[in-house]
Amino acid sequence: MIEVADLRKSYGRFDAVSGVSFTVGKGEILGFLGPNGAGKTTTMRILTGYMPATSGKASVAGFDVFASPLEAKKNVGYLPETPPVYPDLDVASYLDFCARIKGVPSADRKAKIDRAIEKARLGDVRHKLIGRLSKGFRQRVGIAQAILADPPVLILDEPTAGLDPQQIIETRDLIKSLGGDHTIILSTHILPEVSMTCNRVVIISKGKVVAEDTPENLTSRLSSKGAVRLEVRADTRDAFDALRDVEGIVTVNPRGSTSHSTVLELMAEEGVDIRAAAARAIVGANIDLLSLSQVSLSLEDVFLELTTKDSVAVSEVAPAKPAIFTPIATIEPPTPPAEEPPVVSSPESKESN
Amino acid sequence: MSTFTNIGAIVRKEWQHYFGSPIAYVALFTWNLLFSVFFLFALTYFIEASMNPGGGPGGPPKPNINEWIFRPTLMNMAVVALFVTPMLTMRLFAEEQRQGTWELLATSAITDWQIVLGKFFGAVSVYAFMIATSLLNFAVVFVYADPKPEWKPVLTGALALLLMGSCFIALGGFLSTLTKNQIVAGILSFCLFLAIWTLSWLDNPMASGPVKVLAYLGVTTHMDDMVKGVLDTKDIVFYLSFIGFGLFLTQQSVESRRWRE
Repeated sequence: MIEVADLRKSYGRFDAVSGVSFTVGKGEILGFLGPNGAGKTTTMRILTGYMPATSGKASVAGFDVFASPLEAKKNVGYLPETPPVYPDLDVASYLDFCARIKGVPSADRKAKIDRAIEKARLGDVRHKLIGRLSKGFRQRVGIAQAILADPPVLILDEPTAGLDPQQIIETRDLIKSLGGDHTIILSTHILPEVSMTCNRVVIISKGKVVAEDTPENLTSRLSSKGAVRLEVRADTRDAFDALRDVEGIVTVNPRGSTSHSTVLELMAEEGVDIRAAAARAIVGANIDLLSLSQVSLSLEDVFLELTTKDSVAVSEVAPAKPAIFTPIATIEPPTPPAEEPPVVSSPESKESN
Repeated sequence: MSTFTNIGAIVRKEWQHYFGSPIAYVALFTWNLLFSVFFLFALTYFIEASMNPGGGPGGPPKPNINEWIFRPTLMNMAVVALFVTPMLTMRLFAEEQRQGTWELLATSAITDWQIVLGKFFGAVSVYAFMIATSLLNFAVVFVYADPKPEWKPVLTGALALLLMGSCFIALGGFLSTLTKNQIVAGILSFCLFLAIWTLSWLDNPMASGPVKVLAYLGVTTHMDDMVKGVLDTKDIVFYLSFIGFGLFLTQQSVESRRWRE
């Protein structure tokens, strides 16, 4: 339904998108993940025909977005990052305008508007000026506009941004209910959102696709690398000593301390549960264990994991024992720089002064 | 077919913006107020002039209503159009850009030309409505004057005013594509219109070649004959090409923005 091949978009020397390729099958919901500035919005804008790409191919519902933009646009409903609404129109007349420029035949217009209003739950605000609506409602008006013409493809740029939790749940349900009939691409920062709504995930960073997988595979890959957070009543050095011999710990990172306690984050080897062993080691060293919890990796960690190749290499290569204590160097006062022979100023330079 | 539906949809939406905000009312009020003031002045002069003895052989000709009332009023309104038309054009594209609604237009099944034409006709139709309402002032003369004035010069004069204002609207629309700030677009338009209007001051029979060309571009120069009731093809062609050029610039600017974004 959607095919993107080696898409590039350059601004002068800067590549916003450099060689993105993916396909989305009919009825699939694809999650588009990435940090700000990764090229998500640019890719979506190219797919919707808002701007041309520098090179590469993109087609939607069989229509090339560069060669036949109008046909492609007819098959796409698009919700931009900021809902494209006119504050001085009321909801009904705004949707009426959208229906006209999206080529909805006049006979179907009323039915389609009613359907969009019902699906986006806008019935109560139908005759209110959009400028008077809250952010959440405006977002829903934007969604109503996207699904209005009932296009086979929906492209939603952060559909849940700025909504309250209740609205987020409703919006996710709406998106899920639209899957199947529609092919959907949605972008987001929120990892759980992807696992709740999407069949497949494309992670994009610095204009490149860095991972493409199902949410299940992605999260299982991450949770096996999950960190454990410990709070102990001891200073950092003692805690490190206690954890030195525990099997399976890759790194120990101090995460701050107060006069009473120290917080540490332990990274385990892949697939090893270190919680019990770590707890025993701490207690065995006669240190008070105040709390222990599994830290699920945040999206930032996913990106660190997937985008900075060095960190992966280090955790795979680094030998277990010395690696544990590498972070402490950041706490200890830096070792004085190696003695350098004092610079003997030459007589010439003295004279010049 | 869908071309007309699309243009019509934009025109309709522009009307909703104009009349959903104070802009249309302020423009209508200013226009009609100044029209009535100019009309009243012209009427007073005319009445004073007709009281004077004259019209006999050798004396000045009897004042003519068309010449004394309609013509000066319409020519004065050309100046009013200088600052009323920027009110109509400044937000056309700038506001879409600022609100992010340009993204809706640019990703819907509608071409740049349809958007540009829709917005142009939206503004022109409001302007035409303003002219139509103000012409009601003249009705009083047609009702009470004896002998009746000629109505054809009034129509060609109104057409001249419409065409001249449409030139400003086409150009103002272009300036509105250059910025996200409608105030900037409005001020730029007003300054440019003023400059174009002053070009008509250069128009005199003694003018040399280049000065003549500049004077030719002054849009009000081409109103003179039409306001007198003479419909000349060369004036119509001038106005239509000026409008076409303005719309072309607008479309080019809108299209180039896609590549710059």
